[in-house]
Amino acid sequence: MSTPDPSPHAAEGSLPGSGGDALAARLRAIVGSDGLLVRDDELFVYECDGLTLEACRPTAVVLPETTAQVAAVVRACRAAGVPFVPRGAGTGLSGGAHPVPGSVVIECSRMKKILAVDAENRTAVVQPGVVNADLSDAIQHLGLFYAPDPSSQLACTIGGNVAENSGGPHTLKYGATTDHVLAVEVVMPDGEILRLGSPTGAASGLDLVGAFVGSEGTLGIATEVTVRLTALPEAIETLLVIFPDVVTACRAVGEVIGTGLVPAAMEILDQRTIAAVEDSVYAAGLPRDAGAVLICELDGAAVSLDPQVERIREIARANQASDVRVAEDETQRAQFWKARKGAFGAMGRLAPDLYVHDAVVPRAKLPEVIAQVCEIADRHRLRLSNVFHAGDGNLHPNISFDRRDEDELGRVIQAGGEILAACVAAGGVITGEHGVGVEKRDYLPLVFSEADLDAMRRLRAAFDPDLVCNPGKAFPTTRFCAESNPKARGYDQVPFE
Amino acid sequence: MKEPIKELASVYQGTLDCVHCGLCLTSCPTYLATGRETSSPRGRVYLMRGAAEGRVELTGLLAEEAHLCLGCRACETACPAGVPYGAMLEETRAVLQASGARTSMAARLERGLLRNVVAHKNRLRAVVGLLGFAQRLGLDRLAARLLPASLRDALALMPRVPSGPDRAPLPETTPAQGERRGRVAFFTGCLMSEVFAPVQQATVRVLAANGFEVVVPAGQGCCGALHAHAGDLEHARGLARHNAAVFGRDDFDAILLDSAGCGAAMREAGHWIPGEGDAMASKVRDVCEFLDAVGLRTPTGRYDARVCYDDPCHLVHGQGVEAAPRRLLRQVPGLELVAHANPTRCCGAAGTYNLTQPEMSAIVLADKMDALCAADPEVIATGNPGCMMQLAKGVAGRGARARVVHPVEILDAAYRTPA
Ligand SMILES: Cc1cc2nc3c(=O)[nH]c(=O)nc-3n(C[C@H](O)[C@H](O)[C@H](O)COP(=O)(O)OP(=O)(O)OC[C@H]3O[C@@H](n4cnc5c(N)ncnc54)[C@H](O)[C@@H]3O)c2cc1C
Ligand code: SF4
Ligand code: SF4
Repeated sequence: MSTPDPSPHAAEGSLPGSGGDALAARLRAIVGSDGLLVRDDELFVYECDGLTLEACRPTAVVLPETTAQVAAVVRACRAAGVPFVPRGAGTGLSGGAHPVPGSVVIECSRMKKILAVDAENRTAVVQPGVVNADLSDAIQHLGLFYAPDPSSQLACTIGGNVAENSGGPHTLKYGATTDHVLAVEVVMPDGEILRLGSPTGAASGLDLVGAFVGSEGTLGIATEVTVRLTALPEAIETLLVIFPDVVTACRAVGEVIGTGLVPAAMEILDQRTIAAVEDSVYAAGLPRDAGAVLICELDGAAVSLDPQVERIREIARANQASDVRVAEDETQRAQFWKARKGAFGAMGRLAPDLYVHDAVVPRAKLPEVIAQVCEIADRHRLRLSNVFHAGDGNLHPNISFDRRDEDELGRVIQAGGEILAACVAAGGVITGEHGVGVEKRDYLPLVFSEADLDAMRRLRAAFDPDLVCNPGKAFPTTRFCAESNPKARGYDQVPFE
Repeated sequence: MKEPIKELASVYQGTLDCVHCGLCLTSCPTYLATGRETSSPRGRVYLMRGAAEGRVELTGLLAEEAHLCLGCRACETACPAGVPYGAMLEETRAVLQASGARTSMAARLERGLLRNVVAHKNRLRAVVGLLGFAQRLGLDRLAARLLPASLRDALALMPRVPSGPDRAPLPETTPAQGERRGRVAFFTGCLMSEVFAPVQQATVRVLAANGFEVVVPAGQGCCGALHAHAGDLEHARGLARHNAAVFGRDDFDAILLDSAGCGAAMREAGHWIPGEGDAMASKVRDVCEFLDAVGLRTPTGRYDARVCYDDPCHLVHGQGVEAAPRRLLRQVPGLELVAHANPTRCCGAAGTYNLTQPEMSAIVLADKMDALCAADPEVIATGNPGCMMQLAKGVAGRGARARVVHPVEILDAAYRTPA
């Protein structure tokens, strides 16, 4: 369906639909006028997140500041029979924070307090709206950091990270979000407040934290997260290795890991990505004529690094690398990483929209799958670039497109399906870290049997029997805003042609 | 359905660069203060696009957000897609202005003041002279009690107007000292030359001490920055044209400024008046950037103080100058440069913002003062008149000890005090 027509009531601050006025009044009583958005143009801004393939306007947006307010908002929505959608910074790439028709968006951005840091036990308790990078910044002076580092870490929130089980370049060595969450306070879909896990991480009972992390906002709303902190390594070396093409770069990555080395990160950028980055504010002097570059980071005890750097040099040379540059100082190291982490955004220079794919394949299959992915894009006349967590076999084929071009939009969706099928055929899975959201729910049967899906549905129902908490996400269901017909993907006009 | 807005066509092109990644969110002071996507750069770009496409009203939320936005351009520094946000904001404000959407009393007063007073050197001089007179008689405090809140704030922001000799106009030519390294023009600006005359005198002395002959071309006018930010692009273009003619009369190694806001505007002149403004714009440099590039002559004296350097938005985000002022300050014997949190975040001055959006300005300033007070400097250095006034107000509000100065004043003192 397309965006609902603006309600005549919206301007006066009430909600459309029966009982809308009463719900608006109740929400206002909970979060105050300042914490409630109901005007049509305010809601317009919330119609999508990092995924712009489709869109849908919510009925209201609330900005709570406390767990009690979240619980009250949830109860008010329940009473009114209205679904709700948690949202962090809206950087998600699978549409997890996309509103569903008639929904209330619960935006956690005002819940951004770091409540406690326990340096001795290396834990921190944070509200869900704390920005990933802010947490690491705040504990740096203690010699600690928060290890999961999505490339969006300057903006994305811990709540969003927990919901998506986000990873990052350093997941290769340190693991994804799920390896760093000890306990979660959750407002359940019925408004009850639960505490899952234990602050020490000691296991007792069923591992409900494990179930909650990665549940994409469908099991409840995280209102407090206890995370594990990690000691900053004594020394870091960051290498930039220049390859003639993606295939040689992938082979080198495979060999490095095959020798038993555990780099902290191994990221590959292909030529198109290099060009986009070098044209952006994050230009880092990457060679534009390289077919691919590998950013490889080693960390640990200072004495252990030199031999590792040497070993990687050898492997790189054996795989036709033309150059291995070691970051000279912290500034250059930061530059390499900014180039990597700004890569998605930098692709804005290529076309108005970007569809960031996410799939994982066995590492040995990387060169073969990349070749297939390129072939698929070429066949559909699409502009594709690759930047990916090579060490994990986590691919991010990025397709640049223009949502105003209906034909192209159709080809993007078509190619997306084929890319996922190719990854699955190679023994892979359809998401590494961006989640299923609305984007991939219909591809789930590629990797799960009906019985698998049913087991997940039953778990979901144990938390949210009425399916009111972020409905329509992460499970194959009837479509909400999006139809397979791109014309009806929620954008109501395509002028300026 | 609303109509697409053709006047927003160039803004629309800019919005197409935005991939909605959100990397700009946490650079934005108004997003940090409100947590609202609507008050974030990504949200504002989305509204601009929506208005251009006829999907949202031009005069609704977009109009409000275009004025709640500080115009600090921190989002531009953060944006990997290179969305030209500053230029898009100016255009949007101009379209809003033309549509008559912004006709509040305050807006009309602001526009009138900018057009009729600030843009005319002699009138501004007269007004500032009157203000100084009133300050000395204590009349400003009386007026403060009688005036509406927004004007009261304006008065509170004004520094003590320097009296007599300190406001004497700069000599048209100041000879280089020591070995001559070149000849530069000095753009004095409007507010800077009136209220911050001592800073400008310091700038001239420092440049001379570094071997440059300094020319202050007669007939130069206001840079137009405040007009452009307020949506009066038409008037800003006129001012830029005038300045391009004045500075085009002679050949200078560089055109220097000590006001970051004016510097950014003068550099934009190339966009405002394509072709005509390019020659001037390509020579514009901030005084700190210039001294850093040519190499500072080591100061002969000392400046013993703990100093925090706070980046003016229009220098760091508007002109990309971040390291140069810090490098200069580090060369001053005795000076201890101390870091504070988020030096590149706006202080809330933002041209006339502290007058038009006093509430948000106060929130943004409070954040800035938290960061500065935690570092407890004796001196705060920043290279823009609006920021100097705003930070001075912040320091006074906290009862802190710091003095607020322009970096060139520190250099000047270090050249003039014996070792
Ligand atoms: C440029 C860019 C780079 C990226 N790089 C990476 C990367 O390297 N690795 C990676 O894994 N991801 C990456 N992502 C994807 C995205 O940043 C992550 O998924 C991130 O965790 C989303 O966080 P957010 O705060 O923006 O959440 P949102 O996008 O707002 O929401 C994401 C999901 O979390 C749910 N949610 C939000 N808050 C809560 C809460 N308090 N309780 C319950 N559910 C909640 C939402 O309902 C939604 O389903 C990238 C995105 C961009 C734009
Ligand atoms: S950083 Fe740039 S591309 Fe990304 S959302 Fe902000 S304006 Fe858009
Ligand atoms: S200019 Fe400043 S206030 Fe305006 S959107 Fe950008 S960062 Fe936010």
